[in-house]
Amino acid sequence: MKAITLGSFSKFVGLDFFTSLKNLFTGKLAKEDFKKFLRKVIVPLASILIFVGLWHLGAKSLYNIEATFRIEKALKDQGPVAAAALKTCIASGQASCQPNTLPSPTQVWDSFQSLLRDHRIINADKAAFIEKTATLNTKRIAAGKNAITYTGRPSFVDQIFRSLQTVFAGFLLALFIAVPLGIFIGLSPTLKSAFNWFIQIFKPVSPVVWYLLVFMIVKTLLIDSNEDSSFTISFISVGLCAMWATLVNTAMGVSSVDKDYINVAKVLKLGTFQKIFKVVLPSSLPLIFTGLKITLSVAWMVLIAIELLAQSPGLGLFVWEEFQNGANDSNAKIIVAMFVIGIIGFLLDRFMLTIQNWVSFDKTDAI
Amino acid sequence: MNTKTILQETENGLFPPSKVMLDIRDLKKVYPTSKGDYIVLENLNLKIMKEEFVTIIGHSGCGKTTMLSMIAGLNPISGGNIAVLGKHIKGPGPDRGVIFQSPSLMPWMTSLQNVLLGVKKVFPHATKSQRKDIAKYYLQKVGLEDSFYKKASELSQGMQQRVGIARAFAIKPKVLLLDEPFGMLDSLTRGELQDILIEIWNKEKITAVMITHDVDEAIFLADRVIMMTSGPKAKIGDILDIGFERPRTRKSVLEHNDYYTYRKHLIDFLEH
Repeated sequence: MKAITLGSFSKFVGLDFFTSLKNLFTGKLAKEDFKKFLRKVIVPLASILIFVGLWHLGAKSLYNIEATFRIEKALKDQGPVAAAALKTCIASGQASCQPNTLPSPTQVWDSFQSLLRDHRIINADKAAFIEKTATLNTKRIAAGKNAITYTGRPSFVDQIFRSLQTVFAGFLLALFIAVPLGIFIGLSPTLKSAFNWFIQIFKPVSPVVWYLLVFMIVKTLLIDSNEDSSFTISFISVGLCAMWATLVNTAMGVSSVDKDYINVAKVLKLGTFQKIFKVVLPSSLPLIFTGLKITLSVAWMVLIAIELLAQSPGLGLFVWEEFQNGANDSNAKIIVAMFVIGIIGFLLDRFMLTIQNWVSFDKTDAI
Repeated sequence: MNTKTILQETENGLFPPSKVMLDIRDLKKVYPTSKGDYIVLENLNLKIMKEEFVTIIGHSGCGKTTMLSMIAGLNPISGGNIAVLGKHIKGPGPDRGVIFQSPSLMPWMTSLQNVLLGVKKVFPHATKSQRKDIAKYYLQKVGLEDSFYKKASELSQGMQQRVGIARAFAIKPKVLLLDEPFGMLDSLTRGELQDILIEIWNKEKITAVMITHDVDEAIFLADRVIMMTSGPKAKIGDILDIGFERPRTRKSVLEHNDYYTYRKHLIDFLEH
């Protein structure tokens, strides 16, 4: 067994710039490594700075365009006094008259901070609530009644975890449908032609339509229930929408096992069960995992749209509510959500890649 | 004159049925194409005796591999039949072990697991540890006693083919079919593996049919070298008996007076 070092681990998960960074701080950075360090650490940092700078300038110019337009409009419609008042109002930075446009990086950073503050306040509220109801709840449970739960507004961090829950529920659904089905389709040409039209037609259907379809069915199935079905509907939609990559990849992996392996299985007269579990499945694992990786990233991508439609709590609903809200810092919060969505998507992808590297027998074919 | 060429058809008297392991009669292989049927093999007759080592030599694309995969049962027969110990073959089976051109090991398994894969099927009543002992025995025989638990993907090409040899012998086949097993190896490794193969074979005496491109390999290993004509409609062109005593060593074979006569015979055939 090789010892797991930070270096080998970070390389394994595809984040080997950590190694360069560590070498810099521990003074182990050799001269020949310096070029690599430049490429792995300095260049990405520089490009991030350039990106933020361009964003800042762009936001500023958009801000100016909107401010000038408003002042000129006020001048035309209401006269010079109103225009001058608006001008001082905008310059003072008062919330009521700020142009509503692309927020600047600093505004987004401030909103991020305020969302975290908000989260801490809500957490404190929740803790206080639980403490307050603790004795009452034990009595209620003893009496056979339901405990009182906190029903206050979820914080931004809660929404993130809600979204992750939905996406993992959807991902597991996709896994449990697509992998077995893909294996059957891959093994049997008959099943393949039976399912092919189905896959071809349903694969390109948009998440919105999947949501509506699932809504129609689940609404009727849960017609007696008073429970909120939005979570059920959204995770099923996410799963159905995202499972196609896994289905197609699994079927392809299973049906395209190296002919040599199949010949070996034939010569050794392996039984069907042994053939599937000892030969076919292990050899198609890399492709299955590529499919699962795509499924997870598609699931995360469509989740936002589906949560928004399903009114299921999560980042999608957060974005939609902020947009509808139209408060002064709403736009900045939407951008915060955008970055959070992007970063989580990236981390999920790395997570899958790590598992893929781990299970894959051929260490070279992982991308 | 030690070289004696025998055409199969005239020699039926020399092959008493009780000693025949593999009997190929009027074998035919046809691949239908859009321009009509393409006949790869036709009227191919061959008897291989028990405990005989036969090498087949011929130009690329003459149908050697087709014939071998038909014997293995991996390729359907278009006409004629193939019998092992008088029983017509139906599909592949563990009575015919195959060593493929590429090692064809499952890269996700260790060398031991790869060998065990077939052993389990052939010795269903053996305990797990007995099966392991069989697999380990053959891995030792091919010189892999230090690599039982190495993943096949971590082994070199030559070592992988050693596992392939161990896997084929471990299922105790009646006939061993070898499809240019050393074709992908460098000449040093090839020599090593030939020695290993012949060493195990001397012990187990399993009837072996081996395809090769290498004239020296064909002479060193075989009791008879079978020369196939070029396709289409390939058949057996000539058969050369190799009279060297067994067990052989490379040195004694190379120094033998007949060696160059045999070699010239084969090369003359291939060049015409």
